[in-house]
Amino acid sequence: MHSNPIRLIHAAALLLSLLFASVSITASASALPELMAGVFNPPYMAPPFSLQGSNGSDVTLAHYRGKVVLLAFGYTNCAAVCPTTLATLAQARSGLGRAADSVQVVYVTVDPQRDSVARLRQFLAVFDPSFVGATGTPAALAAVRQKYGVTATKQGSGRDYAMAHTSSIFLIDRAGKLRALMPFGHDAADFVHDIKLLLAE
Amino acid sequence: MKVTGREWTWLIAVALSLAVFGGVGWAALAPIAVASHDELFEIPHGTFARRMAGERIEILPHTIWLTLGLNDVLLLRNKDEVPHIFGPTLIMPGQSFSLPFRQASTYSFQCTAHANGQLSVIVEPNPAPGLERLRWRWHKLTNALWNMPESHHH
Repeated sequence: MHSNPIRLIHAAALLLSLLFASVSITASASALPELMAGVFNPPYMAPPFSLQGSNGSDVTLAHYRGKVVLLAFGYTNCAAVCPTTLATLAQARSGLGRAADSVQVVYVTVDPQRDSVARLRQFLAVFDPSFVGATGTPAALAAVRQKYGVTATKQGSGRDYAMAHTSSIFLIDRAGKLRALMPFGHDAADFVHDIKLLLAE
Repeated sequence: MKVTGREWTWLIAVALSLAVFGGVGWAALAPIAVASHDELFEIPHGTFARRMAGERIEILPHTIWLTLGLNDVLLLRNKDEVPHIFGPTLIMPGQSFSLPFRQASTYSFQCTAHANGQLSVIVEPNPAPGLERLRWRWHKLTNALWNMPESHHH
């Protein structure tokens, strides 16, 4: 027998290392987007609107320039989605401490038939007295929804109808640009994270 | 020194078995590295015009499967000349929307582009080291081999 075990091991080791070299391709993992929310790239100015505010004056985005605006759509009779969203946003604001002063929640109704200015004010005050509700004519509200790609459809009839509506929240930066969209289901910590990043710019 | 035929047989057998074990071991244990986390869907230029001409164009599937750590960012891009409602949002011409997922779950979005108005995104956990990773790589390999002849037709 002339076999040389050391040579065999060397050959096998060489083969193995070649195998490893061929398969371990180094790939640079791209960084995840910084925000927890979905990000628009490039960001454009958030579509402007002027609606009746629950605070007694007109609601415009221009009025809140310098603040981060969280824009939500819903209705006060909403059973599950809106209360969850508004409670989350209230929790996010309290989690921000003093920075909460630089955050404005604007809640645009999709149900002007039932949501009067007074009703919006009363409903929102339960969550956070700083929240501003917005209403207008059905046509004006439909125009705003269209500009944001928001849907709202009536379900059922009679007095107890429901509105199926877009549940995502729009994040508008201090300059008035529509930067991101937070899908329903994120917790307050995710909002705090993103708001801090937008405020730090 | 001369390597005999018997030695060659041994050498090849040892090398082959090492290669197989090494390969399987690597496939089961090595972290899966990806160049991009983006799962991209694009609205091609001219989509609006084609739809206006009566063409039925479905860009997004009803269900999108993502995997944490691999393809966990849904990237939607509008290359058309008009705004489009695409998946969960309205996207301007030339704009993209990048939605990251950080939790394995099933997400459903309203999507007016679909007949049932729903888009489901199923986010699966990152394959764990061991059998799951091995299975993932095996699927990846078989899918790549399966799709190979097709790619020549493009």
